[in-house]
Amino acid sequence: MQQLIPLIPFLPLIGFAINGLFGRNMSKTLVGAIGSGTVLISFLLSVACFNQVSASGPIHSVLYNFFTVDSLRVDFSFLVDQLSVWMMLIVTGVGFLIHVYSMGYMHDDEGYWKFFAYLNLFIFSMLLLVMGDNFLMLFFGWEGVGLCSYLLIGFWYHNREYGHAARKAFIMNRIGDLGLLLGIFLIYNTFGSISYADVFASAKNFTAGDPTITAICILLFIGAMGKSAQIPLYTWLPDAMAGPTPVSALIHAATMVTAGIYLVARCNGLYSLSPDALHLVALVGLLTSIFAALIGLRQNDIKKVLAYSTVSQLGLMFVALGMGAYTSAMFHVTTHAFFKALLFLGAGSVIHAMGGEQDIRNMGGLRKALPITFWVFLIGTFAIAGFPLMAGFFSKDEIFANTWAAGGKLWWGFAGLGGMLTAIYMCRLLFVTFFGQFRGTEEQKHHLHESPLVMTLPLIVLAVLSLAGGFLNIPHFMHIGTPQWLEHFFEPVVTNVNPHGGELHHLEASTEWSLMIFTTSLALVVIAVSYYIYAVRGSRPVTDAEQTGLTKLFAHKFYVDEIYDTVFVRPVERLSKLFHYYVDIWGIDGAVNGVGNGIQALGAQFRRLQNGNIEYYLLSMVAGAILILLVVFL
Amino acid sequence: MSLLLILIPLLSSLAIFALRGANVRYVALAAAVANLAVTAAAWAGFDSSAAVNHAFSAPWVPQAGISFSLSMDGISLLLVALTNLLAPLIVLSSYNRSFGQDARYYGLVLMMIGALNGVFLADDGLLFYIFYELALIPIYFICAIWGGDDRIRVTLKFFIYTFIGSLFMLVSLLWVYMQTNVEGHHSFAWTDLVQVQLPEHTANWVMLGFFLAFAVKMPVFPFHTWQPDTYVSAPTGGTMLLSGIMLKMGIYGVIRWMVPLAPEAMHTLAPTFITLAVIGIVYASIIAIKQSDLKRLIAYSSIAHVGLIAAGVLAWNKTGVQGGLIQMLNHGINVVGLFYVVDLLERRLGTRSLSDMGGIAKSAPRFATLFMIITLGAVAVPLTNGFPGEFMLLNGVWKYNFWAGLAAGFTIIFGAVYMLRAYGLAMFGTTNDNTERFADVETRDWIVLGAIAALVILLGFFPQIVLNLTDASVNRILGAVQI
Repeated sequence: MQQLIPLIPFLPLIGFAINGLFGRNMSKTLVGAIGSGTVLISFLLSVACFNQVSASGPIHSVLYNFFTVDSLRVDFSFLVDQLSVWMMLIVTGVGFLIHVYSMGYMHDDEGYWKFFAYLNLFIFSMLLLVMGDNFLMLFFGWEGVGLCSYLLIGFWYHNREYGHAARKAFIMNRIGDLGLLLGIFLIYNTFGSISYADVFASAKNFTAGDPTITAICILLFIGAMGKSAQIPLYTWLPDAMAGPTPVSALIHAATMVTAGIYLVARCNGLYSLSPDALHLVALVGLLTSIFAALIGLRQNDIKKVLAYSTVSQLGLMFVALGMGAYTSAMFHVTTHAFFKALLFLGAGSVIHAMGGEQDIRNMGGLRKALPITFWVFLIGTFAIAGFPLMAGFFSKDEIFANTWAAGGKLWWGFAGLGGMLTAIYMCRLLFVTFFGQFRGTEEQKHHLHESPLVMTLPLIVLAVLSLAGGFLNIPHFMHIGTPQWLEHFFEPVVTNVNPHGGELHHLEASTEWSLMIFTTSLALVVIAVSYYIYAVRGSRPVTDAEQTGLTKLFAHKFYVDEIYDTVFVRPVERLSKLFHYYVDIWGIDGAVNGVGNGIQALGAQFRRLQNGNIEYYLLSMVAGAILILLVVFL
Repeated sequence: MSLLLILIPLLSSLAIFALRGANVRYVALAAAVANLAVTAAAWAGFDSSAAVNHAFSAPWVPQAGISFSLSMDGISLLLVALTNLLAPLIVLSSYNRSFGQDARYYGLVLMMIGALNGVFLADDGLLFYIFYELALIPIYFICAIWGGDDRIRVTLKFFIYTFIGSLFMLVSLLWVYMQTNVEGHHSFAWTDLVQVQLPEHTANWVMLGFFLAFAVKMPVFPFHTWQPDTYVSAPTGGTMLLSGIMLKMGIYGVIRWMVPLAPEAMHTLAPTFITLAVIGIVYASIIAIKQSDLKRLIAYSSIAHVGLIAAGVLAWNKTGVQGGLIQMLNHGINVVGLFYVVDLLERRLGTRSLSDMGGIAKSAPRFATLFMIITLGAVAVPLTNGFPGEFMLLNGVWKYNFWAGLAAGFTIIFGAVYMLRAYGLAMFGTTNDNTERFADVETRDWIVLGAIAALVILLGFFPQIVLNLTDASVNRILGAVQI
């Protein structure tokens, strides 16, 4: 197995190379088969890894020495342990389904081959990120997925705005990456190594609250804020919806954006030593969770709603991390990958049927024309809203319970508020889109059709996972099957803590039951009320012109983009011109010319000596040089 | 072997001046390739455990302690490799243009190559100085004869600016020379010059002299104002020579001559130098953001990149110096690629202005891919050649001083801003009348850009090839020059 491990990331890279170099002249079937096939093999190999890791522990595989400088040795090497193998399964598993779906979704696009090449490159980068056994390997993947995200958001590059969105995503990520990079420097400085094994082993010698550890954790978290779209670096993610919908599902929902959660979970040994850092993580997560959910309430673009929902859900995962409940965050990463990929692909199916329309105000009543899409979308919505026994029900409940236990009532209340808002805007999305009267054009109505099997099949698989995914980690008090299987699986590498020190303990079963019943009833009430408002009464969102007050504020995303533009973008642009025209040309160069004028007069004197034939001049000079060499030689 | 590296281009240069005719460009390419072959042989026969390789020495003016001595350690070999790897690409790039009298142009290019090899191989202070100045002459004529608008004024300024800088270096060099004492004589030999112990006060002046020469050449803020104008005005081949190789003379000079000859001054002066370099990184990056002339944009980006190399090297720790060395190679490769791209765009479109471009990715997908790969190298995305060096340089600066490291770190954000803006404006968006029929790459473009793109990826995955080359030499020089 150990020898096969490098194949897992490199197979998709080979797929990228084949499709990228020759795809233009290959049949679409072949391009799709290579793109999906390589990921499928990686998935099967990951399953094999999973079996071996479960049975006999982590596998380590060194490919070659990437570089060694001073005492810093960086190997191109892989670590497959419980945490990475789990991420590998999600990345290749969900990734494979999305590749298959794309064979249908992108079928008529002229850049079909390029799309598959980029998707494979993404899978390669994402696998590097989760499989690397040191922080620099993680960084390779980290920046690599950012690059793929850039290429895929700007996939339809003829649209300038899309290109702009792509650039914004890359640059915002780079701001985070600087934090991550400095974090890596500090890790190297502190531990003398950047390999996970060395760092986490030496971290045990530090006491809780050590300022260096806190600094490291905060720097790494800045990286996580960029990649996982947290305040203040979240505004790129909604704009990233410019990319084709499978990209939104794969990169901007299921996998890449969860890299920040993976990073913190991977470094749980460090974060557990720093209550301050955990507190910051929780706070940023909570703020983001509520803020994004508020914006999501009043978005009318089907993909934008899902994007803000993703930002909000990622915030919730950070709340879990901040509560020291790392495994709960990873559990939610998993279920979220299922239902959010499902929702995005479902949205893609809707957009496909509507001929590119994304505004839900122009949809309505789609459940009759798109029965499969409707049912899977309904499952996705209920799963994220926390409908009993579905995937999101268990994973969110676990986060709420942990928030109650570690953070207290206030934290729980706000986290729950975010959860309730999620249920509201998701139900609004579902009912406005699929119920009521069709509000599109006659032409659109005429064209409405269910998507082909190659698209609906992945949807069905994801729907099943969204239904059943929660049973991976059933609460201990429920006594069905193996309780908390996932948490036990992660145990060797991820240890949950109580951020306030002391013992980590579960709540009383009775408390957990009452919390669960409370939040669940709330979700059910929201579903029922939304059904009444949007499906029965047929209420629909107002047009842009009619928006007022809070609606307008939410619809305009609190004007954060405009604020960033005024505070950061335009001042830098003005500074650029100021530096160029005033400081550089007028100031520094002016001074140089002032000095230079004197010298130029001198230079003019010298030039009199050189008014002969240039060739002659050159010839004699080279001849002179050669002559010197010859003299030396003899 | 070291001598061959200098003689082949100089003799070919002479032959070309004598031959004339339209076919001299093939002679030039043959000479450049021959030199690359010699470099490869030198690399193959290189023993990194030995202090010097392929040494050649002949007395020149023995009475004055001047000898014609050349030698190669890992650092020299790296720069020789850079020079001779880029030389064929630069010659080939020049095929795209007619120079009226080809003999003049190609003769000058080869002369330049010979002088550059000499700079990197010289083991004698005076010989170094002579080659250093010799390199200035051909590039002066290349820029002054085939440059764009305002070439005479711009080139003269460049010439005088760098020439004055060099004079300060000569003074410093002579000062140290006068302090040497080898059996009652003075000596210009590197090994003798580094033995000299200077009082700190004197050392400061000596180092300042060297710094002025090298700071102008690289250039380091605020000695950089000749650079954007010269890069923009020079013909593409000249810009490539200047940015790809010639500016490395300055950095090489810092590592080989400035610090070893006056290490006593580092304590006082390094903080100032590093501050200037770091200011240059941020300053030039910010200016690059709003440039509309692509060539000028790359010129400013080059100031930023070189600022980082200078800061890393001046931090004078293993990570910084190794990072600086590997980045000299990779910056050379990338910047030549970028200027080739500019040249290609200008030839096809008749403009370098980004606002007149757009949508080229649609008309020329292969060109778009190659340009993208080189752009990624310039942005230092991991697994491209730009990354390992940038990582080590930032780490080196960071080790020296946290705040300097943080400020320098902004290069990874700004670099992405201006490069992706430029790429986006040129390649993305809708086509206009001008870019609609933009033809894709031709054979020659394929060779040059393809070779560069391949190097971007190869060196991105395997940086250790380069680091191995210089590792022992860097240890030796850092060990010998404690500051």
